[in-house]
Amino acid sequence: MSTAALCSDRVLLNDWHVVADLANLSVGAPFHTRLLGVDITIHCRGRYNKEVVRDDTGALVTSTKRYGFLWACLGKPERDIVFVPEAEEGDRYLVTGGSIAVKVSGLRMVENFLDMGHFPFVHTGWLGDEPHTEVAPYKVELTAADELVATECKFYQPVASPTAKGGFVVDYIYKVTRPYTVALYKSNPVQKDRLDVITLFVQPVDEDNCVAHPFLAYLKDGIDEAGIRSFMQLIFAQDKPILENQVPRRLPLDPRAETPIRADAVAVLYRRWLRDKPVTYGAIPARM
Amino acid sequence: MLDLAKSRWHPIAAAHDLPLRHVFHGQLLGREFAVWRADDGYVNIWENRCLHRGVRLSIGINDGRELKCQYHGWRYSNRTAGCTYIPAHPADAPARTITNRTFAAIERYGLVWSAEEPQGEVPEVAGLAEGRLLALRGIPVNAPADVVAARLKGYRFQPSGRIDGSAAKVAVEAASTFSVVLRSSEADATTLAVFFVQPVDSNRSVIRGVLDGQVEGAARLAVLRHHNELLSRLRLAVEAEAAREPAPAPLEPVIERVSPELAEMPEESKHGRKATIRVEVARKWLAADGIAGFELRPIKGLLPTFQPGAHIDVHLPNGLIRQYSITNGPGESDSYVIGVKLERDSKGGSTCLHETVREGDVLAISEPRNNFPLRRDSVKTIFIAGGIGITPLLAMAQALNNQNLVHELHYFAQNEAQLAFPEKTSTLGASLKPHLGLSPDQTGAKLREILSGYGPDKHVYLCGPGPMLEAARHIAAEMGWPETAVHFEYFKNTNVIDDSTSFEVALARSCMTLTVPAGKTILEVMRDAGIDMPSSCEQGACGTCLATVIEGEPDHQDVYLNDAERKSGTKIMTCVSRAKSARLVLDL
Ligand code: FES
Ligand SMILES: [Fe+2]
Repeated sequence: MSTAALCSDRVLLNDWHVVADLANLSVGAPFHTRLLGVDITIHCRGRYNKEVVRDDTGALVTSTKRYGFLWACLGKPERDIVFVPEAEEGDRYLVTGGSIAVKVSGLRMVENFLDMGHFPFVHTGWLGDEPHTEVAPYKVELTAADELVATECKFYQPVASPTAKGGFVVDYIYKVTRPYTVALYKSNPVQKDRLDVITLFVQPVDEDNCVAHPFLAYLKDGIDEAGIRSFMQLIFAQDKPILENQVPRRLPLDPRAETPIRADAVAVLYRRWLRDKPVTYGAIPARM
Repeated sequence: MLDLAKSRWHPIAAAHDLPLRHVFHGQLLGREFAVWRADDGYVNIWENRCLHRGVRLSIGINDGRELKCQYHGWRYSNRTAGCTYIPAHPADAPARTITNRTFAAIERYGLVWSAEEPQGEVPEVAGLAEGRLLALRGIPVNAPADVVAARLKGYRFQPSGRIDGSAAKVAVEAASTFSVVLRSSEADATTLAVFFVQPVDSNRSVIRGVLDGQVEGAARLAVLRHHNELLSRLRLAVEAEAAREPAPAPLEPVIERVSPELAEMPEESKHGRKATIRVEVARKWLAADGIAGFELRPIKGLLPTFQPGAHIDVHLPNGLIRQYSITNGPGESDSYVIGVKLERDSKGGSTCLHETVREGDVLAISEPRNNFPLRRDSVKTIFIAGGIGITPLLAMAQALNNQNLVHELHYFAQNEAQLAFPEKTSTLGASLKPHLGLSPDQTGAKLREILSGYGPDKHVYLCGPGPMLEAARHIAAEMGWPETAVHFEYFKNTNVIDDSTSFEVALARSCMTLTVPAGKTILEVMRDAGIDMPSSCEQGACGTCLATVIEGEPDHQDVYLNDAERKSGTKIMTCVSRAKSARLVLDL
């Protein structure tokens, strides 16, 4: 692997990041990946014991398992892994297996996940369909817990999920919990009062590359795990070629680098929130 | 060398790289281009980046008139590169200033030329006759352009007439940093070959060769193969040479920032009735019985981007100002075409255009304004035009037609001879539905028929004479069309304006309180106080002078707002409407 810029953002160094789907790890086959520009290797010592080692120094990296993923922290963890309460509910499938490498900054990946406007064009026939292109006004706020929340998001979808029959307007809630972690809640087509949850853990491979690790907590009613997995893989495969054609690959935080519209309210706030933290890894800082 | 290179013209593509509806990815000095030919032949060379979220436009869709971005479907017009539609906000007209960066384009010698900051002309090569040429396949080389050009001086090839020979003499006729001219001769055969080296990046180039003389059929293939083999060999040698030097760092062209207003999704810029553009009447013709067509071309530069539904103010030689809708279809950006009906009771506007203005005359016009924006998220759109009301709807129908969106254009007129712009309406095929010679009653019955079957996501757009619009709006309401689905534009306000009241207007953002006396409009009083407010028709029909009401009760006298908008009391047309309350607070 080529060398990549290293990260100096403490918020990122001292946080947990997914580095692998546990299902992809096997004894006897070391798994190579990269986190925040640092090449690392994952060794399976026996069935339960995983070790993450830095390739440059050979030092052991702090790691743990959760939600079907292996997590690592290059520095000293300052807080726990993002808590997903829905993962504790017994009537849900917890699904991984959709991890996908994308040649773009993970911050761009998060922004794409927050974006309803592209559904009719990129996920044509699945998450949206022309001419139903309107993004109605929605609410965004920064909560006391320092999370970004977008509510009252609505979008017309022809096939919003594997069980959906026919199109309808779907309600969404988006939540950005960490710079590289974002969750989406949408109404379940069968149990209308409950929400399906997709959390996207984005692994910042380096500034220009990421692996998106989706984690789904879907209600089991009338749905099978394989169906959800292939639906998710399809959706992310549609985003990949578009994201890999974004120029520049890193997310520009300068408000004048790109042209936001009202539909991008949550992205505008996300960029500002990153700027204030500050998060610079994977971003192009704003000009003063 | 590279600074110099910026001001020079370079080939960036072969003409055959731009086939119908294709978008070509070009690059010059590290800067990427989206290059596409519109159906009218115009070659567009744009910064390869959508202004919205930076997605490469070279992966976008060329529909022949506009380029559509793959990510969120923003549409950019042929020629101007102005954004004409933002699908996420179908009810809004995009701010006209969302315009991508364009670069100069010239076609010559079978190649497409561009430059970042062009100075002077595309290189002229003596002996290369336009049209009687053979353009070779472009050969990419991983080496700096000057290294490639130096090597090309030693290129040896056979003249096209003696391709199987081996004894050709080759002479260098001219050479520079980015081009080499060679002549190969053997016996009676001679061929002039010009090689232009396109500096793609600091360490990447493309050799674009052109031969004089035409060769056809099998001989042509043989010539192409001959050069392909020899140039590929040259390429390997140059790359080996270049690899011995450390590779120069790739160039990093500066991407311009968007304007500060765009970064915040602004209101349209504010101004009064300004005629900022000079146009020439390139053509004047009888577009129908009693309707004159005018084609207005810019005196210099390009006309601003327009959207369907937009109108311009035309400043007439006799001092009058009149509004006319632009009838152009999408991407028809080299001129504006308007239609002018001769009004019997004309105050001199239409008479002047019909009788005085001639081809070759120069007129002053305003930038286009769009107060009648077209949604393109309907499952079906119905256009209802009465007479000259066809003009904005014609632009709209062509836009939907181009995007294959379901629509019908119902065109009411007295007789066939009064149907205007047949050359445009004929492109609409079966969606055009003329209704000729109907009495008012018959018109009512027809409208009823057209407006039956309202369903969600259907929209209707009306334009025509006042009585017909009134009738259509009533019928639509009766048939269950919500006001939000009924869009209309009146030609003029026939209401008798009552300007006898006097009241106070407070401008919240300007911190100013003004008194509007009887006989003066809010707009006039604001202008007197130095407030810059846009306007156009100044009779409450076009929607340009709209202001937001924060407090107080407006006395609506316009024909622009619909009933729901009137009732909400939050909007006012400042050119005619007044206040019922003693005071109005406006968000200005
Ligand atoms: S990035 Fe082009 S439309 Fe959004
Ligand atoms: Fe997507």
